Amino acid sequence: MAVSERDHRRRFWLPLSLAAALALAALVALPLVGPARISYARALAGQSPDAEILFYARLPRVLLALLAGGALAAAGALFQALLRDALATPYTLGVSSGASLGAVIAISAGWGTLAGWPAVWLSALAGAALVLALVVGVASEGRRMSSFTLLLAGVTINSICLAGILFLQYAAGFSQSFAIVRWLLGGIDAVEYRTLAGLAAVVLLFAAYLTRQSRDWNLMAVGEEWAAARGVHVQRLMLSGYIAGSLVAGTVTSITGPIGFVGLIVPHALRLRLGADHRLLMPCSFFTGAAFLALCDTVARTAFSPAEIPVGVITAMTGGPFFIWILRSGRRSLWL
Amino acid sequence: MNSVFRTEELGLSYNGKAVLSGVSLEFFAGCVTAVVGPNGAGKSTLLSILAGLRRNYAGRCLFRGREVRDWARRAFAREVAFIPQTVRIEFPFTVEQVVLMGRTPYCKGLFEGPEDWEAAERAMRLTDVLELRHRDYRSLSGGEKQRAILASVLAQEPRALILDEPATFLDLQHQIAIHSLLRKLARQGMLVVTATHDLNLAAAFADRIVALRQGRVYCDSPPQEAVNAANIEAVFGVRVEVFRTPEGKPWVHYGRL
Repeated sequence: MAVSERDHRRRFWLPLSLAAALALAALVALPLVGPARISYARALAGQSPDAEILFYARLPRVLLALLAGGALAAAGALFQALLRDALATPYTLGVSSGASLGAVIAISAGWGTLAGWPAVWLSALAGAALVLALVVGVASEGRRMSSFTLLLAGVTINSICLAGILFLQYAAGFSQSFAIVRWLLGGIDAVEYRTLAGLAAVVLLFAAYLTRQSRDWNLMAVGEEWAAARGVHVQRLMLSGYIAGSLVAGTVTSITGPIGFVGLIVPHALRLRLGADHRLLMPCSFFTGAAFLALCDTVARTAFSPAEIPVGVITAMTGGPFFIWILRSGRRSLWL
Repeated sequence: MNSVFRTEELGLSYNGKAVLSGVSLEFFAGCVTAVVGPNGAGKSTLLSILAGLRRNYAGRCLFRGREVRDWARRAFAREVAFIPQTVRIEFPFTVEQVVLMGRTPYCKGLFEGPEDWEAAERAMRLTDVLELRHRDYRSLSGGEKQRAILASVLAQEPRALILDEPATFLDLQHQIAIHSLLRKLARQGMLVVTATHDLNLAAAFADRIVALRQGRVYCDSPPQEAVNAANIEAVFGVRVEVFRTPEGKPWVHYGRL
Protein backbone atom coordinates (compact mmCIF):
# COMPACT_ATOMS: atom_id res chain seq x y z
CA MET A 1 0.00 0.00 0.00
CA ALA A 2 1.41 3.35 -0.99
CA VAL A 3 2.28 5.83 1.75
CA SER A 4 -0.27 8.31 0.47
CA GLU A 5 -2.96 5.67 0.44
CA ARG A 6 -2.29 4.64 4.04
CA ASP A 7 -2.15 8.26 5.09
CA HIS A 8 -5.43 8.77 3.35
CA ARG A 9 -7.13 5.97 5.27
CA ARG A 10 -5.98 7.43 8.56
CA ARG A 11 -7.40 10.78 7.55
CA PHE A 12 -10.66 9.04 6.81
CA TRP A 13 -11.22 6.74 9.77
CA LEU A 14 -9.99 9.05 12.52
CA PRO A 15 -12.50 11.90 12.03
CA LEU A 16 -15.28 9.45 11.21
CA SER A 17 -14.81 7.48 14.42
CA LEU A 18 -14.56 10.69 16.44
CA ALA A 19 -17.84 11.96 14.98
CA ALA A 20 -19.55 8.62 15.61
CA ALA A 21 -18.23 8.58 19.19
CA LEU A 22 -19.63 12.07 19.68
CA ALA A 23 -23.12 10.94 18.62
CA LEU A 24 -22.88 7.85 20.82
CA ALA A 25 -21.77 9.93 23.79
CA ALA A 26 -24.75 12.25 23.25
CA LEU A 27 -27.10 9.26 23.15
CA VAL A 28 -25.74 7.86 26.44
CA ALA A 29 -25.13 11.04 28.42
CA LEU A 30 -27.90 13.48 27.47
CA PRO A 31 -30.86 11.43 28.80
CA LEU A 32 -29.26 11.76 32.24
CA VAL A 33 -29.45 15.55 32.10
CA GLY A 34 -32.53 17.16 33.57
CA PRO A 35 -34.20 18.44 36.73
CA ALA A 36 -34.83 14.95 38.07
CA ARG A 37 -31.76 12.83 38.77
CA ILE A 38 -32.03 9.37 37.27
CA SER A 39 -29.67 6.44 36.89
CA TYR A 40 -29.47 3.85 34.15
CA ALA A 41 -29.20 1.06 36.71
CA ARG A 42 -32.53 1.95 38.33
CA ALA A 43 -34.22 2.70 35.01
CA LEU A 44 -33.13 -0.58 33.43
CA ALA A 45 -34.31 -2.42 36.52
CA GLY A 46 -37.71 -0.93 35.86
CA GLN A 47 -37.79 1.16 39.02
CA SER A 48 -40.19 4.08 39.18
CA PRO A 49 -39.87 6.94 38.38
CA ASP A 50 -36.47 6.50 36.70
CA ALA A 51 -37.78 4.09 34.08
CA GLU A 52 -40.72 6.32 33.15
CA ILE A 53 -38.57 9.45 32.97
CA LEU A 54 -35.94 7.71 30.87
CA PHE A 55 -38.11 5.72 28.49
CA TYR A 56 -41.09 8.02 28.08
CA ALA A 57 -39.70 11.52 28.53
CA ARG A 58 -36.01 11.83 27.84
CA LEU A 59 -34.87 8.95 25.65
CA PRO A 60 -37.49 9.44 22.88
CA ARG A 61 -36.65 13.11 22.84
CA VAL A 62 -32.91 12.54 22.56
CA LEU A 63 -33.50 9.92 19.87
CA LEU A 64 -35.71 12.28 17.86
CA ALA A 65 -33.10 15.05 18.16
CA LEU A 66 -30.32 12.68 17.06
CA LEU A 67 -32.27 11.41 14.05
CA ALA A 68 -33.50 14.87 13.03
CA GLY A 69 -30.13 16.58 13.51
CA GLY A 70 -28.24 13.87 11.65
CA ALA A 71 -30.70 13.82 8.78
CA LEU A 72 -30.77 17.62 8.43
CA ALA A 73 -26.98 17.97 8.53
CA ALA A 74 -26.41 15.15 6.00
CA ALA A 75 -29.16 16.57 3.76
CA GLY A 76 -27.44 19.96 4.08
CA ALA A 77 -24.18 18.46 2.81
CA LEU A 78 -26.12 16.90 -0.05
CA PHE A 79 -27.89 20.12 -1.06
CA GLN A 80 -24.68 22.13 -0.82
CA ALA A 81 -23.07 19.71 -3.28
CA LEU A 82 -26.15 19.64 -5.50
CA LEU A 83 -26.32 23.43 -5.80
CA ARG A 84 -22.54 23.90 -5.53
CA ASP A 85 -23.32 26.48 -2.89
CA ALA A 86 -21.83 26.27 0.58
CA LEU A 87 -24.77 28.28 1.92
CA ALA A 88 -27.51 25.96 0.68
CA THR A 89 -29.65 24.21 3.28
CA PRO A 90 -32.11 21.31 3.17
CA TYR A 91 -34.77 24.02 3.08
CA THR A 92 -33.43 26.03 0.14
CA LEU A 93 -35.47 24.13 -2.40
CA GLY A 94 -38.84 24.63 -0.80
CA VAL A 95 -39.64 21.31 0.84
CA SER A 96 -39.83 22.65 4.37
CA SER A 97 -42.15 25.50 3.41
CA GLY A 98 -44.32 22.88 1.72
CA ALA A 99 -44.37 20.89 4.94
CA SER A 100 -45.04 24.07 6.94
CA LEU A 101 -47.90 25.08 4.66
CA GLY A 102 -49.40 21.62 5.08
CA ALA A 103 -49.08 21.86 8.85
CA VAL A 104 -50.54 25.37 8.95
CA ILE A 105 -53.52 24.26 6.87
CA ALA A 106 -54.16 21.42 9.34
CA ILE A 107 -53.88 23.77 12.33
CA SER A 108 -56.14 26.39 10.72
CA ALA A 109 -58.74 23.80 9.79
CA GLY A 110 -58.56 22.39 13.30
CA TRP A 111 -57.97 18.81 12.13
CA GLY A 112 -57.20 16.48 15.03
CA THR A 113 -55.99 13.01 14.22
CA LEU A 114 -56.29 10.82 11.16
CA ALA A 115 -56.06 7.03 11.54
CA GLY A 116 -54.33 7.49 14.88
CA TRP A 117 -51.69 9.93 13.61
CA PRO A 118 -51.69 13.70 14.22
CA ALA A 119 -53.28 15.38 11.20
CA VAL A 120 -50.64 18.12 11.36
CA TRP A 121 -47.89 15.58 10.55
CA LEU A 122 -49.83 13.95 7.75
CA SER A 123 -50.79 17.26 6.24
CA ALA A 124 -47.19 18.48 6.50
CA LEU A 125 -45.94 15.31 4.80
CA ALA A 126 -48.46 15.80 2.02
CA GLY A 127 -47.33 19.41 1.63
CA ALA A 128 -43.69 18.36 1.39
CA ALA A 129 -44.49 15.66 -1.17
CA LEU A 130 -46.54 18.09 -3.23
CA VAL A 131 -43.71 20.66 -3.31
CA LEU A 132 -41.23 17.91 -4.20
CA ALA A 133 -43.33 16.85 -7.18
CA LEU A 134 -43.93 20.46 -8.25
CA VAL A 135 -40.28 21.45 -8.11
CA VAL A 136 -39.18 18.40 -10.09
CA GLY A 137 -41.95 19.03 -12.62
CA VAL A 138 -41.12 22.70 -13.10
CA ALA A 139 -37.35 22.14 -13.11
CA SER A 140 -37.44 19.46 -15.79
CA GLU A 141 -40.06 21.22 -17.92
CA GLY A 142 -38.88 21.69 -21.49
CA ARG A 143 -35.14 21.40 -21.44
CA ARG A 144 -32.78 19.40 -19.32
CA MET A 145 -32.81 19.74 -15.58
CA SER A 146 -29.79 21.46 -14.15
CA SER A 147 -28.95 22.65 -10.68
CA PHE A 148 -29.89 26.12 -11.92
CA THR A 149 -33.42 25.22 -13.06
CA LEU A 150 -33.80 23.26 -9.82
CA LEU A 151 -32.79 26.31 -7.80
CA LEU A 152 -35.15 28.60 -9.71
CA ALA A 153 -38.09 26.24 -9.34
CA GLY A 154 -37.34 25.55 -5.68
CA VAL A 155 -36.93 29.18 -4.65
CA THR A 156 -40.10 30.20 -6.52
CA ILE A 157 -42.27 27.49 -5.01
CA ASN A 158 -40.71 28.23 -1.63
CA SER A 159 -41.98 31.83 -1.86
CA ILE A 160 -45.44 30.74 -2.92
CA CYS A 161 -45.69 28.44 0.11
CA LEU A 162 -44.45 31.17 2.44
CA ALA A 163 -47.11 33.51 1.05
CA GLY A 164 -49.74 30.85 1.73
CA ILE A 165 -48.53 30.48 5.32
CA LEU A 166 -48.64 34.25 5.87
CA PHE A 167 -52.17 34.42 4.50
CA LEU A 168 -53.44 31.58 6.68
CA GLN A 169 -51.76 33.03 9.72
CA TYR A 170 -53.32 36.42 9.02
CA ALA A 171 -56.74 34.86 8.59
CA ALA A 172 -56.46 32.60 11.65
CA GLY A 173 -58.00 33.28 15.04
CA PHE A 174 -55.93 34.21 18.07
CA SER A 175 -55.28 30.76 19.53
CA GLN A 176 -54.75 29.15 16.13
CA SER A 177 -52.35 31.90 15.23
CA PHE A 178 -50.35 31.13 18.36
CA ALA A 179 -50.31 27.42 17.51
CA ILE A 180 -49.07 28.27 14.02
CA VAL A 181 -46.24 30.43 15.32
CA ARG A 182 -45.24 27.75 17.81
CA TRP A 183 -45.15 25.13 15.05
CA LEU A 184 -43.12 27.36 12.75
CA LEU A 185 -40.48 27.81 15.47
CA GLY A 186 -39.79 24.10 15.38
CA GLY A 187 -39.21 21.90 18.36
CA ILE A 188 -38.29 18.44 19.57
CA ASP A 189 -40.92 16.58 21.56
CA ALA A 190 -41.04 13.21 23.22
CA VAL A 191 -42.79 11.25 20.47
CA GLU A 192 -44.02 7.68 20.43
CA TYR A 193 -41.60 4.90 19.57
CA ARG A 194 -43.54 3.95 16.44
CA THR A 195 -42.91 7.47 15.12
CA LEU A 196 -39.22 7.11 15.91
CA ALA A 197 -39.15 3.74 14.14
CA GLY A 198 -40.75 5.23 11.02
CA LEU A 199 -38.36 8.17 11.03
CA ALA A 200 -35.38 5.89 11.65
CA ALA A 201 -36.35 3.79 8.62
CA VAL A 202 -36.48 6.87 6.38
CA VAL A 203 -33.21 8.21 7.76
CA LEU A 204 -31.43 4.85 7.39
CA LEU A 205 -32.55 4.53 3.77
CA PHE A 206 -31.26 8.03 3.18
CA ALA A 207 -27.92 7.22 4.81
CA ALA A 208 -27.61 4.12 2.64
CA TYR A 209 -28.32 6.19 -0.47
CA LEU A 210 -25.73 8.82 0.50
CA THR A 211 -23.08 6.23 1.26
CA ARG A 212 -23.55 4.57 -2.10
CA GLN A 213 -23.49 7.82 -4.05
CA SER A 214 -21.01 9.90 -2.04
CA ARG A 215 -18.17 9.48 -4.52
CA ASP A 216 -20.33 10.71 -7.39
CA TRP A 217 -21.36 13.69 -5.27
CA ASN A 218 -17.72 14.73 -5.13
CA LEU A 219 -17.78 15.08 -8.88
CA MET A 220 -21.14 16.86 -8.87
CA ALA A 221 -19.75 19.30 -6.31
CA VAL A 222 -17.13 20.28 -8.88
CA GLY A 223 -19.52 20.61 -11.82
CA GLU A 224 -22.13 18.88 -13.92
CA GLU A 225 -19.90 18.72 -16.99
CA TRP A 226 -16.96 17.55 -14.90
CA ALA A 227 -19.08 14.69 -13.56
CA ALA A 228 -20.57 13.81 -16.94
CA ALA A 229 -17.11 13.65 -18.56
CA ARG A 230 -16.13 11.05 -15.94
CA GLY A 231 -19.04 8.75 -16.58
CA VAL A 232 -21.56 9.98 -14.01
CA HIS A 233 -25.20 9.97 -15.12
CA VAL A 234 -25.75 13.57 -14.04
CA GLN A 235 -29.50 13.87 -14.62
CA ARG A 236 -30.22 10.70 -12.69
CA LEU A 237 -27.92 11.64 -9.81
CA MET A 238 -29.38 15.13 -9.51
CA LEU A 239 -32.95 13.86 -9.53
CA SER A 240 -32.30 11.05 -7.04
CA GLY A 241 -30.37 13.43 -4.78
CA TYR A 242 -33.08 16.05 -4.78
CA ILE A 243 -35.81 13.49 -4.11
CA ALA A 244 -33.87 11.68 -1.37
CA GLY A 245 -32.82 14.90 0.37
CA SER A 246 -36.28 16.41 0.16
CA LEU A 247 -38.02 13.27 1.37
CA VAL A 248 -35.87 13.09 4.44
CA ALA A 249 -35.99 16.85 5.14
CA GLY A 250 -39.76 16.82 4.57
CA THR A 251 -40.27 13.89 6.93
CA VAL A 252 -38.17 15.47 9.65
CA THR A 253 -39.90 18.84 9.23
CA SER A 254 -43.32 17.21 9.44
CA ILE A 255 -42.49 15.87 12.90
CA THR A 256 -40.36 18.67 14.36
CA GLY A 257 -41.30 21.75 12.37
CA PRO A 258 -38.57 23.71 10.63
CA ILE A 259 -35.37 23.72 12.70
CA GLY A 260 -32.87 26.06 11.16
CA PHE A 261 -29.11 26.22 11.15
CA VAL A 262 -28.21 22.54 11.68
CA GLY A 263 -28.33 21.77 7.97
CA LEU A 264 -26.33 24.87 7.10
CA ILE A 265 -23.69 25.08 9.74
CA VAL A 266 -22.69 21.49 10.47
CA PRO A 267 -21.63 20.48 6.94
CA HIS A 268 -20.13 23.90 6.33
CA ALA A 269 -18.00 23.88 9.47
CA LEU A 270 -16.91 20.29 8.91
CA ARG A 271 -15.93 21.07 5.33
CA LEU A 272 -13.62 23.82 6.56
CA ARG A 273 -11.88 21.28 8.78
CA LEU A 274 -12.06 18.01 6.88
CA GLY A 275 -12.08 19.12 3.26
CA ALA A 276 -14.73 18.43 0.68
CA ASP A 277 -14.55 14.65 0.18
CA HIS A 278 -18.22 13.70 0.55
CA ARG A 279 -17.37 10.12 1.48
CA LEU A 280 -16.08 11.61 4.72
CA LEU A 281 -18.13 14.81 4.89
CA MET A 282 -21.57 13.19 4.62
CA PRO A 283 -21.24 10.58 7.39
CA CYS A 284 -19.39 13.02 9.65
CA SER A 285 -22.13 15.61 9.06
CA PHE A 286 -24.68 13.00 10.02
CA PHE A 287 -23.06 12.08 13.34
CA THR A 288 -22.03 15.62 14.27
CA GLY A 289 -25.42 17.07 13.33
CA ALA A 290 -27.08 14.40 15.46
CA ALA A 291 -24.95 15.22 18.49
CA PHE A 292 -25.32 18.97 17.92
CA LEU A 293 -29.11 18.99 17.80
CA ALA A 294 -29.41 16.59 20.75
CA LEU A 295 -27.16 18.88 22.78
CA CYS A 296 -29.10 21.99 21.72
CA ASP A 297 -32.38 20.33 22.65
CA THR A 298 -31.02 19.37 26.05
CA VAL A 299 -30.13 23.03 26.62
CA ALA A 300 -33.58 24.03 25.33
CA ARG A 301 -35.38 21.85 27.87
CA THR A 302 -33.13 22.46 30.89
CA ALA A 303 -31.68 25.98 30.71
CA PHE A 304 -34.83 27.76 31.89
CA SER A 305 -36.58 24.71 33.29
CA PRO A 306 -39.49 24.21 33.66
CA ALA A 307 -39.96 26.70 30.78
CA GLU A 308 -38.75 25.53 27.39
CA ILE A 309 -37.02 27.51 24.67
CA PRO A 310 -37.66 26.58 21.02
CA VAL A 311 -34.67 24.50 19.95
CA GLY A 312 -34.25 26.56 16.76
CA VAL A 313 -33.36 29.54 18.95
CA ILE A 314 -30.65 27.49 20.66
CA THR A 315 -29.19 26.09 17.42
CA ALA A 316 -28.81 29.59 16.01
CA MET A 317 -27.60 31.18 19.23
CA THR A 318 -24.93 28.58 19.97
CA GLY A 319 -24.13 27.60 16.40
CA GLY A 320 -23.62 31.12 15.11
CA PRO A 321 -20.79 32.16 17.45
CA PHE A 322 -19.17 28.73 17.15
CA PHE A 323 -19.21 29.08 13.40
CA ILE A 324 -17.61 32.52 13.56
CA TRP A 325 -14.91 31.08 15.80
CA ILE A 326 -14.23 28.35 13.24
CA LEU A 327 -14.02 30.87 10.41
CA ARG A 328 -11.66 33.06 12.42
CA SER A 329 -9.38 30.26 13.52
CA GLY A 330 -8.52 29.70 9.89
CA ARG A 331 -8.11 26.47 8.03
CA ARG A 332 -5.89 24.65 10.50
CA SER A 333 -7.01 21.10 10.71
CA LEU A 334 -8.78 20.16 13.91
CA TRP A 335 -7.86 16.50 13.72
CA LEU A 336 -4.37 16.23 12.35
CA MET B 1 -4.19 5.25 -40.28
CA ASN B 2 -6.32 4.25 -37.35
CA SER B 3 -9.61 6.14 -37.33
CA VAL B 4 -10.95 6.80 -33.84
CA PHE B 5 -13.75 9.30 -34.37
CA ARG B 6 -15.78 9.61 -37.54
CA THR B 7 -18.58 12.11 -38.00
CA GLU B 8 -21.07 12.14 -40.87
CA GLU B 9 -23.24 15.17 -41.50
CA LEU B 10 -22.96 15.93 -37.80
CA GLY B 11 -25.11 18.82 -36.64
CA LEU B 12 -26.65 20.37 -33.55
CA SER B 13 -29.42 22.92 -33.20
CA TYR B 14 -30.06 25.01 -30.17
CA ASN B 15 -33.57 26.46 -29.86
CA GLY B 16 -34.13 25.86 -33.57
CA LYS B 17 -30.91 27.59 -34.59
CA ALA B 18 -28.20 25.41 -36.13
CA VAL B 19 -24.89 25.96 -34.34
CA LEU B 20 -23.22 23.08 -36.14
CA SER B 21 -24.20 21.45 -39.43
CA GLY B 22 -22.93 19.08 -42.08
CA VAL B 23 -19.69 18.27 -40.29
CA SER B 24 -18.04 15.18 -41.75
CA LEU B 25 -14.61 14.57 -40.32
CA GLU B 26 -12.33 11.75 -39.34
CA PHE B 27 -9.90 11.81 -36.40
CA PHE B 28 -6.91 9.50 -36.16
CA ALA B 29 -4.94 8.03 -33.29
CA GLY B 30 -1.56 9.64 -32.71
CA CYS B 31 -2.61 12.86 -34.37
CA VAL B 32 -3.02 16.35 -32.92
CA THR B 33 -5.90 18.23 -34.51
CA ALA B 34 -6.39 21.94 -33.82
CA VAL B 35 -9.91 23.27 -34.26
CA VAL B 36 -9.89 26.99 -35.05
CA GLY B 37 -12.51 29.56 -35.93
CA PRO B 38 -14.07 32.77 -34.65
CA ASN B 39 -16.24 32.89 -31.52
CA GLY B 40 -19.56 31.17 -32.13
CA ALA B 41 -18.25 29.12 -35.07
CA GLY B 42 -19.19 25.90 -33.29
CA LYS B 43 -15.81 24.82 -31.92
CA SER B 44 -17.02 24.15 -28.38
CA THR B 45 -20.16 22.45 -29.67
CA LEU B 46 -18.15 20.10 -31.85
CA LEU B 47 -15.78 19.28 -29.00
CA SER B 48 -18.55 18.67 -26.49
CA ILE B 49 -20.25 16.25 -28.89
CA LEU B 50 -16.97 14.37 -29.36
CA ALA B 51 -16.55 14.32 -25.57
CA GLY B 52 -19.95 12.66 -25.20
CA LEU B 53 -21.46 15.61 -23.35
CA ARG B 54 -24.22 16.33 -25.90
CA ARG B 55 -26.11 13.29 -26.95
CA ASN B 56 -28.87 15.07 -28.87
CA TYR B 57 -26.83 15.66 -32.03
CA ALA B 58 -28.13 15.07 -35.55
CA GLY B 59 -26.24 13.00 -38.12
CA ARG B 60 -23.68 10.51 -36.95
CA CYS B 61 -20.75 10.66 -34.58
CA LEU B 62 -18.97 7.34 -34.32
CA PHE B 63 -16.32 6.50 -31.75
CA ARG B 64 -14.49 3.28 -32.59
CA GLY B 65 -17.36 2.37 -34.89
CA ARG B 66 -20.15 2.90 -32.37
CA GLU B 67 -22.44 5.91 -32.09
CA VAL B 68 -21.24 8.13 -29.21
CA ARG B 69 -24.71 8.36 -27.67
CA ASP B 70 -24.96 4.56 -27.58
CA TRP B 71 -21.83 4.15 -25.46
CA ALA B 72 -22.32 3.35 -21.78
CA ARG B 73 -21.23 6.46 -19.88
CA ARG B 74 -18.56 4.83 -17.76
CA ALA B 75 -17.08 2.83 -20.62
CA PHE B 76 -16.94 5.97 -22.76
CA ALA B 77 -15.25 7.93 -19.94
CA ARG B 78 -12.50 5.30 -19.86
CA GLU B 79 -11.83 6.05 -23.53
CA VAL B 80 -12.41 9.77 -23.98
CA ALA B 81 -11.47 12.60 -21.63
CA PHE B 82 -12.38 16.26 -21.81
CA ILE B 83 -10.79 19.47 -20.51
CA PRO B 84 -12.95 22.59 -20.50
CA GLN B 85 -11.55 26.12 -20.68
CA THR B 86 -11.46 26.59 -16.93
CA VAL B 87 -12.53 24.48 -14.02
CA ARG B 88 -13.84 26.51 -11.11
CA ILE B 89 -14.12 24.54 -7.91
CA GLU B 90 -16.07 26.05 -5.03
CA PHE B 91 -15.19 23.49 -2.38
CA PRO B 92 -11.88 22.68 -0.69
CA PHE B 93 -10.74 19.67 -2.71
CA THR B 94 -7.02 18.93 -2.67
CA VAL B 95 -5.09 18.47 -5.90
CA GLU B 96 -4.80 14.78 -5.11
CA GLN B 97 -8.58 14.47 -4.72
CA VAL B 98 -9.14 16.32 -7.98
CA VAL B 99 -6.73 13.98 -9.78
CA LEU B 100 -8.25 10.85 -8.21
CA MET B 101 -11.66 11.89 -9.54
CA GLY B 102 -10.26 10.94 -12.93
CA ARG B 103 -10.36 7.33 -11.73
CA THR B 104 -14.14 7.40 -11.25
CA PRO B 105 -14.95 5.38 -14.40
CA TYR B 106 -12.66 2.59 -13.15
CA CYS B 107 -13.73 2.40 -9.51
CA LYS B 108 -16.15 -0.27 -8.40
CA GLY B 109 -16.37 0.33 -4.66
CA LEU B 110 -16.51 3.54 -2.72
CA PHE B 111 -12.73 3.93 -2.54
CA GLU B 112 -9.84 3.94 -4.96
CA GLY B 113 -7.69 0.82 -5.17
CA PRO B 114 -3.89 0.57 -5.48
CA GLU B 115 -3.94 0.80 -9.27
CA ASP B 116 -6.00 3.98 -9.05
CA TRP B 117 -3.43 5.55 -6.74
CA GLU B 118 -0.63 4.47 -9.05
CA ALA B 119 -2.35 5.95 -12.09
CA ALA B 120 -2.97 9.19 -10.20
CA GLU B 121 0.68 9.42 -9.12
CA ARG B 122 1.90 8.73 -12.66
CA ALA B 123 -0.36 11.49 -13.97
CA MET B 124 0.73 13.94 -11.27
CA ARG B 125 4.38 13.22 -12.04
CA LEU B 126 3.78 13.73 -15.77
CA THR B 127 2.29 17.19 -15.29
CA ASP B 128 4.62 18.07 -12.42
CA VAL B 129 2.05 18.54 -9.65
CA LEU B 130 3.26 15.87 -7.20
CA GLU B 131 4.58 18.60 -4.93
CA LEU B 132 1.17 20.24 -4.88
CA ARG B 133 -0.83 17.11 -4.10
CA HIS B 134 -2.03 18.22 -0.65
CA ARG B 135 -2.72 21.82 -1.62
CA ASP B 136 -6.25 23.18 -1.87
CA TYR B 137 -7.03 23.40 -5.60
CA ARG B 138 -8.46 26.89 -5.12
CA SER B 139 -5.15 28.21 -3.81
CA LEU B 140 -3.24 27.30 -7.00
CA SER B 141 -2.16 29.72 -9.69
CA GLY B 142 -3.79 29.52 -13.14
CA GLY B 143 -0.94 27.46 -14.55
CA GLU B 144 -0.90 25.05 -11.60
CA LYS B 145 -4.67 24.60 -11.85
CA GLN B 146 -4.43 23.73 -15.52
CA ARG B 147 -1.69 21.18 -14.77
CA ALA B 148 -3.79 19.65 -11.98
CA ILE B 149 -6.77 19.33 -14.33
CA LEU B 150 -4.53 17.81 -16.98
CA ALA B 151 -3.31 15.28 -14.41
CA SER B 152 -6.90 14.42 -13.51
CA VAL B 153 -7.64 13.75 -17.15
CA LEU B 154 -4.48 11.70 -17.68
CA ALA B 155 -5.37 9.59 -14.62
CA GLN B 156 -8.43 8.64 -16.67
CA GLU B 157 -5.98 6.91 -19.07
CA PRO B 158 -8.02 7.84 -22.13
CA ARG B 159 -7.44 6.92 -25.74
CA ALA B 160 -8.65 10.32 -26.89
CA LEU B 161 -8.21 13.72 -25.28
CA ILE B 162 -10.52 16.61 -26.15
CA LEU B 163 -9.45 20.08 -25.01
CA ASP B 164 -11.44 23.30 -25.29
CA GLU B 165 -8.92 26.16 -25.46
CA PRO B 166 -6.73 24.67 -22.75
CA ALA B 167 -4.10 27.39 -22.81
CA THR B 168 -6.26 30.51 -22.97
CA PHE B 169 -5.29 31.80 -19.55
CA LEU B 170 -1.73 30.52 -19.41
CA ASP B 171 1.53 32.38 -19.72
CA LEU B 172 3.91 31.58 -22.55
CA GLN B 173 5.98 29.07 -20.64
CA HIS B 174 2.96 27.04 -19.57
CA GLN B 175 1.35 27.22 -23.02
CA ILE B 176 4.48 25.71 -24.51
CA ALA B 177 4.77 23.13 -21.72
CA ILE B 178 1.17 21.97 -22.19
CA HIS B 179 1.47 21.76 -25.94
CA SER B 180 4.72 19.84 -25.91
CA LEU B 181 3.14 17.40 -23.46
CA LEU B 182 0.18 17.01 -25.83
CA ARG B 183 2.61 16.31 -28.69
CA LYS B 184 4.39 13.70 -26.59
CA LEU B 185 1.09 11.99 -25.72
CA ALA B 186 0.12 11.97 -29.40
CA ARG B 187 3.42 10.34 -30.33
CA GLN B 188 2.53 7.60 -27.83
CA GLY B 189 -0.68 7.01 -29.77
CA MET B 190 -3.24 9.28 -28.14
CA LEU B 191 -5.74 11.16 -30.23
CA VAL B 192 -5.71 14.86 -29.33
CA VAL B 193 -8.32 17.37 -30.47
CA THR B 194 -7.96 20.90 -29.17
CA ALA B 195 -9.71 24.17 -29.86
CA THR B 196 -7.48 27.21 -29.90
CA HIS B 197 -7.44 30.86 -30.86
CA ASP B 198 -3.70 31.03 -31.38
CA LEU B 199 -3.02 30.27 -35.03
CA ASN B 200 0.75 30.37 -34.63
CA LEU B 201 0.64 27.89 -31.79
CA ALA B 202 -1.73 25.69 -33.80
CA ALA B 203 0.56 25.83 -36.83
CA ALA B 204 3.54 24.94 -34.67
CA PHE B 205 2.21 21.91 -32.81
CA ALA B 206 -0.81 20.50 -34.71
CA ASP B 207 -0.61 17.90 -37.45
CA ARG B 208 -3.84 19.15 -38.87
CA ILE B 209 -6.06 22.19 -38.68
CA VAL B 210 -9.84 22.12 -38.94
CA ALA B 211 -11.26 25.61 -39.48
CA LEU B 212 -14.94 26.15 -38.66
CA ARG B 213 -17.03 29.02 -39.95
CA GLN B 214 -20.67 29.50 -39.02
CA GLY B 215 -21.00 25.93 -37.86
CA ARG B 216 -19.51 24.36 -40.96
CA VAL B 217 -16.08 23.03 -41.85
CA TYR B 218 -14.32 25.62 -43.98
CA CYS B 219 -11.07 23.77 -44.40
CA ASP B 220 -9.41 20.65 -43.07
CA SER B 221 -5.75 20.24 -43.94
CA PRO B 222 -2.18 20.26 -42.58
CA PRO B 223 -1.02 23.63 -41.18
CA GLN B 224 1.18 24.36 -44.23
CA GLU B 225 -1.90 24.40 -46.46
CA ALA B 226 -4.53 25.60 -43.98
CA VAL B 227 -2.79 28.67 -42.65
CA ASN B 228 -2.71 31.24 -45.44
CA ALA B 229 -3.92 34.80 -45.79
CA ALA B 230 -6.91 33.93 -47.97
CA ASN B 231 -8.23 31.27 -45.56
CA ILE B 232 -7.74 33.49 -42.54
CA GLU B 233 -9.61 36.35 -44.15
CA ALA B 234 -12.42 34.01 -45.17
CA VAL B 235 -12.75 32.45 -41.71
CA PHE B 236 -11.92 35.32 -39.34
CA GLY B 237 -12.64 38.32 -41.55
CA VAL B 238 -9.28 39.96 -40.90
CA ARG B 239 -6.40 40.74 -43.23
CA VAL B 240 -3.08 39.28 -42.13
CA GLU B 241 0.29 38.47 -43.60
CA VAL B 242 1.61 34.93 -43.41
CA PHE B 243 5.37 34.37 -43.27
CA ARG B 244 7.36 31.16 -42.89
CA THR B 245 9.47 30.25 -39.91
CA PRO B 246 12.99 28.92 -40.59
CA GLU B 247 11.52 25.38 -40.28
CA GLY B 248 9.02 26.23 -42.99
CA LYS B 249 5.97 26.47 -40.73
CA PRO B 250 3.46 29.23 -41.37
CA TRP B 251 3.65 32.22 -39.07
CA VAL B 252 0.82 34.72 -38.96
CA HIS B 253 1.65 38.40 -38.63
CA TYR B 254 -1.38 40.36 -37.48
CA GLY B 255 -0.05 43.60 -39.00
CA ARG B 256 -0.21 47.08 -37.62
CA LEU B 257 -3.10 47.52 -35.24
